[in-house]
Parts: sequence; C-alpha cells; structure tokens
Amino acid sequence: MPIDDNKKTPGTAKKINYIREKMPVQDPSKRKNNFEEVALGYNEETAKKEASRCIQCKTAPCKNGCPVEIDIPAFIKLVAEGKYDESIKKIKEKNNLPAICGRVCPQETQCESLCTLGKKGEPIAIGRLERFAADYEAANVPSNETKISPSTPAPKVAVIGSGPAGLTCAADLKRMGYNVKIFESLHASGGVLRYGIPEFRLPKSILDREVKYINTLGVEIEYNMIIGRVATIKELMQEYKAVFIGSGAGLPYFLNIPGENLNGVYSANEFLTRVNLMKAYKFPQFDTPAAMGKRVGVVGGGNVAMDSARVALRLGAEEVYIIYRRSEEELPARKEEVEHAHEEGIKFKLLTNPIKIIGDSEGNIKEIECQQMELGEPDASGRKRPVVIKDSEFTIPMDTVIIAIGQGPNPLIPQTTSELSIGKHGNIVTNEKTGETSIPGVFAGGDVATGAATVIKAMGAGKIAAKSIDKYLH
Amino acid sequence: MYKILRKEILSANIKLMEIFAPKVAQKAAPGQFIILRIDEQGERIPLTIADFNAEKGTITMIFQEVGKTTSQLGTMKVGDSIRDFLGPLGIPMHIKNYGRVVCVGGGVGVAPLYPQARALKQAGNEIISIIGARSKSILFWEDEIHKVSDKSYITTDDGSYGHHGFVSDILKRLLEEKERIDRIIAIGPIPMMRVLCELTKPYNVPTFVSLNSIMVDGTGMCGCCRVTIGDEVKFTCVDGPDFDGHKVNFKELNARMKRFVPEEKEAMELFRKRSSCICQ
Ligand code: FES
Repeated sequence: MPIDDNKKTPGTAKKINYIREKMPVQDPSKRKNNFEEVALGYNEETAKKEASRCIQCKTAPCKNGCPVEIDIPAFIKLVAEGKYDESIKKIKEKNNLPAICGRVCPQETQCESLCTLGKKGEPIAIGRLERFAADYEAANVPSNETKISPSTPAPKVAVIGSGPAGLTCAADLKRMGYNVKIFESLHASGGVLRYGIPEFRLPKSILDREVKYINTLGVEIEYNMIIGRVATIKELMQEYKAVFIGSGAGLPYFLNIPGENLNGVYSANEFLTRVNLMKAYKFPQFDTPAAMGKRVGVVGGGNVAMDSARVALRLGAEEVYIIYRRSEEELPARKEEVEHAHEEGIKFKLLTNPIKIIGDSEGNIKEIECQQMELGEPDASGRKRPVVIKDSEFTIPMDTVIIAIGQGPNPLIPQTTSELSIGKHGNIVTNEKTGETSIPGVFAGGDVATGAATVIKAMGAGKIAAKSIDKYLH
Repeated sequence: MYKILRKEILSANIKLMEIFAPKVAQKAAPGQFIILRIDEQGERIPLTIADFNAEKGTITMIFQEVGKTTSQLGTMKVGDSIRDFLGPLGIPMHIKNYGRVVCVGGGVGVAPLYPQARALKQAGNEIISIIGARSKSILFWEDEIHKVSDKSYITTDDGSYGHHGFVSDILKRLLEEKERIDRIIAIGPIPMMRVLCELTKPYNVPTFVSLNSIMVDGTGMCGCCRVTIGDEVKFTCVDGPDFDGHKVNFKELNARMKRFVPEEKEAMELFRKRSSCICQ
C-alpha cells in the first residue's frame, strides 16, 4: 500500500509534531494495591493537542487497520476542533463499544501501526483519543439515544452470547430494524469483557455503560440462558428467523503436565472469573473466594497472563512470576501491558518451560519444575522456536500456579448441534467473509469461530455477520 | 428472579425447595443439575435436581446446609426469590433397559438418585434400591424411593432404623450372593462412592457415580470442576456429572473439594455472626 508520507492538509504549514501526548497513569507503587483503573485517560487539553498532531493525510492508511472501519481521521479532526460530541457520533457510526475499544484494542498492531506519522515518529494515539471521546460523552452529554422501536413485523433474530461479537452483531441488527434478543448463559453481560478483563484495565462501570447503550437501542438480553441445554439451536430456529452464535473462547487449555490438578492450580479463566465476574477481590463481602498464596507463578505470555499476574499482585501475592518459554521479544501480550507489569514488580522467568507441578501429601502445590530453554530456528509462526537446554531442570517454590496458555472455542453448542460443521480445533466452521455456518440461517463469529483472538476482531466478525443476516433475511 | 414455591424441612439441616423456573423445568432430565446464585453478592453453587415438573414449571432440590450459601438458602422462605438459576446443566443420564439395576443413595445423594431410579423403572428395569443415612432422623424420601423400586433396603450408621451399618454392607451381600446385577448407580458422599466402586470393581459390574465438583460458571469455561477419569481430564459441568465410577480418581476429587476450606469457614462464621445479630 503506498504511504504518502508528506502530504498535509493544504494550507497548513505547521510543523509536524512527532511526539505523542503521554498517557497519565496511576503510580505503580500505589496501583499494585488497588483495582482502580491504571491508565487515567487524556483530558480536553491533552486530547486536543494529540488530535492536532494528525496531519489528515489523504491516504488515511489507519482506516485499513480498523476491523470495524471507523472513519479515524474524521473523528480525530473533530476532537482537534473541540467538537467532542460530534466526534463520538462519528465513531459510533461504526463502533458500538468505543469506551471499551479505546481501552483494550491492540491499536499498536492495527490502526496505529499504519499511521503515516509512525514512519518518522510516534503514531497518533488513536485508541486514547477514541477512549477520550467516549468518556467525554459519558461525562458530559446527556444520553438522548432513542429506542429504535421494533417495526412490529420485523423478523426476529437470536444472538447467543453477550460478548464483543454478540453485542456488536445485535446492535447492528437492531439499527437495521430487526427484533433482536441476546441469550447469555452467565448472570451478567459482556462475556470475556466481564469475566476476563480485570477492573483496573476495563472498569465494569464502563462496560455497564456500553451495554446500557445497546439496551437503549432496544436490544433485550436474557440471562441464565444456556443455549445447547435450555434450548438447542434447532429449537431457536423455530422462533427466530436467524441465529448468530458468539459464544466465545470458553474452554481453557492446560499444559497436560503432571500435577496440574493439584490444589492451587487455576486456569486463568477460573482465576479471572472468580475475581472479575464474581468479585472475589471483595471477599468476604462477596461470597466467592479466590484463595491464593504468597508466591504465584503465571504460565504464559499473553494479555491474559499479564492480567492474571497483576490481579494476583493486587490480591496480596508477595512474589509473582510470569513463566514463559520464549524471550521477552516474543511475548504475545501488548507492550503496554508488559511495561505495566514490569513497573508493578512482576518478575519475568523467560525461556522457562514448566514440566511438572509438585505437591504435598494433601494435594497442595509446593513447587514447579521447569526446564531452561534457548531460542533456535524460527517456526511456522515466524517466531524463534524454543529448544530445551539439556539437564537444565530446576524447581521454583510456589503456592499458586495460574495456567494462561490460551483458550479454545466453548464446546457446548458444537456438541449439541449435530448439523454444525466443526473444525479440528473445535471451532465452528464459518465463511470468514459472511459468518455463514453449515446451517442456513445460522451464523457465527468471534472466538467460537476463530479461536481466541482480540475483542475488536470479534466485533468485526459480529458486524460482518449482521450484514449477512440482513442479506439472508431479504 | 426465581420464586420459591414450596419449602419442606426434611431434617435439622436438610431442606427441600421447589423453585419456579419454567424454562429449566421444560428441559430437565434425570442426572442433571442447576447452578444458582442467591443474590448480588452470592457465589454460584451447583445443586442436583431432585425432581422436575414441566407442567407446573418447577424444579425441586434437596440440599444439606454445609456452608454459607446453603445455610443462607435454608433461611429463605416460600415467596422469596433466588437471583439466578441456570440449567439444566450436565449430560442427562442415559436411560435404557439394562435389566436389573441397583440404585444406591447415601445422605442427600438420595435426592438426585430418585429421578434416575424412576426413569430406569419406567424404562423397564428391575430396581433394587439401597438408601442410607447416618440416623433415622435424617433419612428422607423413603416412600418415594420405595415406590419406584422392586425391592428396597434401608441402612443407618447408628442402627436407629433398617440395617445397622452402611449401604456398602448390603451391596456387598448382594454381590457375594451372586445376584445378577447389570448396572449400579451410586450417588452420595465421596467416601461412600469410592468404597462402593472399589467393592464392585472385582465383580466387573458397571458402576456409575454422580460427582459434585466445585464449580463457578457451569458452562465448561473455567475448568474449576475438572476431574481425572482414567487418564483423561474431564469437566464435571459439561462432560458429567455422571461418570464411570471405576475410572474416577477419588483421591484427587476429595482433595479438590477442600480447595477453599479456610475461606468457606470464614464466610460461614461471618454469616453466623450476621444472622445472630438479626435474630436478637
Ligand atoms: S464449572 Fe467452570 S468449567 Fe465447569
């Protein structure tokens, strides 16, 4: 793609500013003891300053990096002009969850990675500006979103799961005039946004606000509805003209090493669900515990691993280790999250591969045995393959181990829907361009189709499916 | 919200509740369970389904007050509502005519045993049931079990009623007497199920148990409920709760049930303190 480096808006002769506005954050020594948000967000002044850095280049390569196709230069221009409420409207034309995306999307590998300014300096902080616009609206603009009244004979569409894919699909369908109902198996909305992402990275009040917005559009969410058990897809099809499955990546992977069922070993999903969804960090005011020792090892190097480690720290762990088999460079987590983890005092045991968890006679963890690794030739993913160094076994004393090596698609709907074509990883097979599954009228998207990916990719898939459902019903 | 329509006190700390949950009742089958959360601060706990009535739209549960949540549930009255009620969960029991089935229930395990025995009876099986309790005063549903059985035995640990001893004594006798047994269903406390499975293994009688692992979501998402079956790790909430008892790693299961003992105690003490304050 040709990147036009120097084109500025005609008539502006001002000098290009290559340095982005800093994001204010809570002090690490303070924040490691609380669950309040780490990144504090721009204020009007810093947002305007950052937005004015945008040179409004004609090619706008950033737009190609956005899975939901936000008109990025347009919303940034509006921020620069101080027209914040118009700016959020511009974003919401495409994105129903801007306050969330502004916080948790990996902009550095998407829109921001393509920013023209990034060629010579720091790209525009698109995510931070998106967050600013959304937060500004929430704080200053009275909600006047009117319920889109269901044109009564509008066809009914069922959406399974209220995570990022489901919420997006439902909101888009609602705007197109359909009658939409979301079925959620848990007692609260948001899917991974609720049970997976901790309060200090995405405050639940923000999630509630975004879900409320989708509710105001007229989307109903029914909780405690476990599709596959309380009703099958086939049964839903009798009442609904189309179904979208966005049931997510709810299947934790384990290492399959000895000792993994010892007491004190959690999957990241369990640990985070206890803390985030069930509010174990407020135990005993809330009933759900998340027992944890003083020495905690988190196996894995992605965002979920960073989240688990930082949650453990906030729950009172004295020493928290990230145990990862490659080197720092290969950590799949966002750079920002890794930095935050470092700042808070998380220790990184890199090139370290766990081979065994050792317990006492009561079935409680005592230590974890690992091997030292070194990097060899690149593997299929392009990353250097970790290779075992012979006779390098060593043990680390541990009270708690959290396994954060990834998730697969939740198996419940695949298992209970025999006509659904299923891929070799247990994922629902879809046409990526349309979200269609092997059953006419049934669409799927997000992690249940692709395996664990990002919030914004799931939202993109929800959008695509909404369009296809509209087409299908016409 | 899910309303409590009926409450019966079966013994000092064993209670029955019938809950209005029409969608769950519509689909419930023997062997399944539900997960409930009493209120906003509540934890999610699994409880087995003791009975269901699709017409009335109700689910009946029998539970023993062992911790904070079950104790709090026990204080609730007819007309009160439970915040969240998810189900039916788990794979329903496989019902067919096996021939002669021995159904063994211990303690509150008698509750989920009942719909299984009833369904097996309806499928044409000959049902021999053995139910046991620590003492006569805490035995319940003797009549219900009797009605769906061709023959039934009662045991009490203290000898206050029926055979003085354990359910395993009776099963052992039946096995030794070379009674033909085609299948055994055993539901009760872990030590009981473990003993029964060890007992039946040499006789090669298929023995199925229903496990009550600690759970959070109940949808297969967290792995909290994992158990080792043979050399495989399974999730009780989606792969169970019924498993081949000869393959269950009971030792591990037993240890895993103790994962949160100190926290459970703390929550229970706090609950006691609070409820005694309210009483005064
Ligand atoms: S309870 Fe979470 S997977 Fe079974």
